[in-house]
Amino acid sequence: MNADDRALYGDITRKGLWENNTALVQLLGLCPLLAVSTSFVNAVSLSLATVLVMALSSGAVAALRTLIPHEIRIPVFILIIAALVTCLDLAFNAWLHELYLVLGIFIPLIVTNCIVLARVEAFAAKNSPLAAAWDGAAMGVGLLWVLALLGSVRELVGAGTLFGGIDMVIPGAHALQVFGEHYRGLLIALLPPGAFIFLGLLVAARNAWVARAQARAMHPPAAAVSA
Amino acid sequence: MSDATDRPDADTAEPADAIEAPSAAGSALRAAALLGVFTVVFTALMALTQDATREPIRASVEARRLELIAQVLPRADYDNALLEDTVTLPVLPALGLSEPVTVHRARLGGAPVALVFEAQAPDGYSGAIRLLMALRADGTLAGVRVVAHRETPGLGDYIDPAKDRANPKWIAQFTGRDSSDGMRWTVRKDGGDFTYVTGATISARAVTRAAGRATAALAPARDALFALPAGSSAEAAFR
Repeated sequence: MNADDRALYGDITRKGLWENNTALVQLLGLCPLLAVSTSFVNAVSLSLATVLVMALSSGAVAALRTLIPHEIRIPVFILIIAALVTCLDLAFNAWLHELYLVLGIFIPLIVTNCIVLARVEAFAAKNSPLAAAWDGAAMGVGLLWVLALLGSVRELVGAGTLFGGIDMVIPGAHALQVFGEHYRGLLIALLPPGAFIFLGLLVAARNAWVARAQARAMHPPAAAVSA
Repeated sequence: MSDATDRPDADTAEPADAIEAPSAAGSALRAAALLGVFTVVFTALMALTQDATREPIRASVEARRLELIAQVLPRADYDNALLEDTVTLPVLPALGLSEPVTVHRARLGGAPVALVFEAQAPDGYSGAIRLLMALRADGTLAGVRVVAHRETPGLGDYIDPAKDRANPKWIAQFTGRDSSDGMRWTVRKDGGDFTYVTGATISARAVTRAAGRATAALAPARDALFALPAGSSAEAAFR
């Protein structure tokens, strides 16, 4: 890998995880965000499925991009994404059945997650398969860490546990009772408004961080100026 | 290509141009054909995946079903193929379901052990509550489980043992109840025999009453149900 490539992949990673973060900056794909982020395990499971779909569909579209006529590219993209999601849905049903029952309709709904089609159209259709797959994965992981954080916070505040339902993925593993047996839980965190409230706080925190970084870049600290 | 246009002979250049700029109809046909090819290829991919996952999915669904039944009837209590030894009930108002209910018949060494069936409480706090019940051949309840509900999280969902923080679980009080001793199938608040959580009575009331109705309907017919051949309809037992 030469320096140009390294710069390209670094750039893709930085944009996916932070600068163009799906959940915090573009605010796309909020449907699963809202419904499934009630616990860490649910949030991470659906995000991982989304990462997989994004990487595979971006890679597939990029590999086939010279064959796809421009006028019918959107139907073909949707066809590719829908086929991959269907395969994933069947695989979940077969090998992660408990989790499949929990995530239910949200696995097939990955097809309608606009971020998947957005990355395919904006990036994969113009780049090499490897870069496109990397871009899909980076965007997906950007969604994953935000969802994981949101799921953990909502589960912690709402139920007082962490990793609840982990036995659906790793048999025999147990949830952590963070606040002890007697914690009654703050119900609103688990209800849909809780998702909006905590997402709002996360977006605010990111904006504050970026604003501070910009202010620092424009006005270097006073000590540096006087020196 | 550029060589061709440099030649003085114009005839050879024309067909080349024709190929480079196809007509609108030609490009539409080409697009349609390609879309068809993509459809076939990706449908084949889905078909292959479905074929490869069919057996694991069937096994998962079956295992899940047996796991669920194990919550109302211990696996050690029976030794027959529970999922195959079934009879179909007619639509009974007492069961609260609009579709015919399948009854699984558990046996140990051929002797009747219990009937496992689903019922539904139509009057939960937010919609119907689906129950899985096991009624022993001696007329006592082996267990009741809530399999689907939409009760308020943290409030009415204690009817689901996975969400119930109490110990012993609220739902456990159904186990061992006798259908014949004239018990009152409702919550204590209404003069019944079952406890409930203050502030979330509706969920508990719905489940206890539904369990009572279902038990009352099936208990008198249990001997007839065990006698029927597997796979048959139990219409006659309820006339």
